[in-house]
Amino acid sequence: MPETAVALRGAGRRYGERSALRDVSLELAAGQTLVVLGPNGAGKTTLLRMLATLLRPHAGEVRVLGCALPDDGYLVRGRIGFLGHEPLLYRELTGRENLRFHARLHGAAPARVEEVLEAVGMTARADDPVAELSRGMVQRLAIARAVLHEPELLLLDEPHANLDPAAVAHVQPLIGRASGRTRVLTSHDPAGGLTGADLALGLRRGRVALLDGCADVTPAQIAALYA
Amino acid sequence: MRATVAALLRKELALELRTRESVPAMVLFTVTTYVLFHFGLDRDTVEGDLAAGVLWVTLLFAAVLGINRLFVAEHEQGGFDGFLLAPVDRTALLVAKAVTLLCFLCAVELIAVPAFGLLLLGPSLGQALPELALVVVLADVGIAAVGTLVAALAIQTRARDLIVPLLVLPLLVPVVLGASRATAPLLAQGGAEALPGDWLALLALYDLLFALIAYAVFDFLLED
Repeated sequence: MPETAVALRGAGRRYGERSALRDVSLELAAGQTLVVLGPNGAGKTTLLRMLATLLRPHAGEVRVLGCALPDDGYLVRGRIGFLGHEPLLYRELTGRENLRFHARLHGAAPARVEEVLEAVGMTARADDPVAELSRGMVQRLAIARAVLHEPELLLLDEPHANLDPAAVAHVQPLIGRASGRTRVLTSHDPAGGLTGADLALGLRRGRVALLDGCADVTPAQIAALYA
Repeated sequence: MRATVAALLRKELALELRTRESVPAMVLFTVTTYVLFHFGLDRDTVEGDLAAGVLWVTLLFAAVLGINRLFVAEHEQGGFDGFLLAPVDRTALLVAKAVTLLCFLCAVELIAVPAFGLLLLGPSLGQALPELALVVVLADVGIAAVGTLVAALAIQTRARDLIVPLLVLPLLVPVVLGASRATAPLLAQGGAEALPGDWLALLALYDLLFALIAYAVFDFLLED
């Protein structure tokens, strides 16, 4: 029986009076991939930020890598790699300076910085300020930052945003299925998202509209989710 | 925690050296204010109580500029999230930001105090410098503790530029009072007088109190 990496029971989150997530329950086994689908404002990013310990759950139970959130958040932080809409990089610092800073925060070896720069194909531009890089290059650096400390769980919000097909292929060993890590990712490309995942979660207005194995999801279900 | 503080501090200083957003603006502000005092008071020189008041009010307003920008990079460039995702003691951010502000204030004062001596002060600063440095350091520690706390609170609001002066200026009244009273005898006409120990003790007590308050509440300010 594989270990459970992510478990939610009736999880919910509000912003003021508005519910962004309501009654979300699921289990994801270690090593598996969950793809979160849904229209804009469905609660995908909120779910990812909650799992990353950046947002407190307001209802239900959330367990990540065996730790109950928010109380045990400090135990799980260094084991999560989070790639959000923002790259979490300082624009005035170079890519290498940013990664060295994050490596120090995570206790990663300096050699690991060079390793991930090489892996995302950014060694040649590593000494340029982030402000001078293209969006795709910044996204590659953000991916390097997310995997710098070799996390067990990857939380990826639109990981291929701004990446060309060659760059997508380049980062696959780090954040793709081949990485062997447990992954929760959001996607606006249902076909592409379902291909690399085991479990699909469809959110609509913060509620679970679809939860099934990717192989069992039908085009009609996807169409209904985005209708 | 020491390694985390060192990493944060190194990043802060690199950002300031790269952007030059805070310290040059604070220096320019102090020199401009001295010139304004020169014309506003219609006096060539000041000494004693008046000199101490002019010096500390100017330095305090300059500090507000630095406090306003203290967490801007964290807020606008995702630095908070980047830090909160790391398995580190959150107090490290408080310490690093307070030390950063302290460094900025010291850098400003290295220029602002001699400039004050040249532009406005009647008596010579030379003899008073070692004791003045002690008052400056005690006052700066208080400003850094309160400033960091208020900056962390204000950055979460839309009215950051309003909240910082509205909160920080009343909270720093004891610092201005203590620093001015301690500095006045040092800037007296006819040579520096002895440093008043009770005002120094007040400054030290204030520093300790607000450092403890900042330590106690900072974590809660980082919670969503």
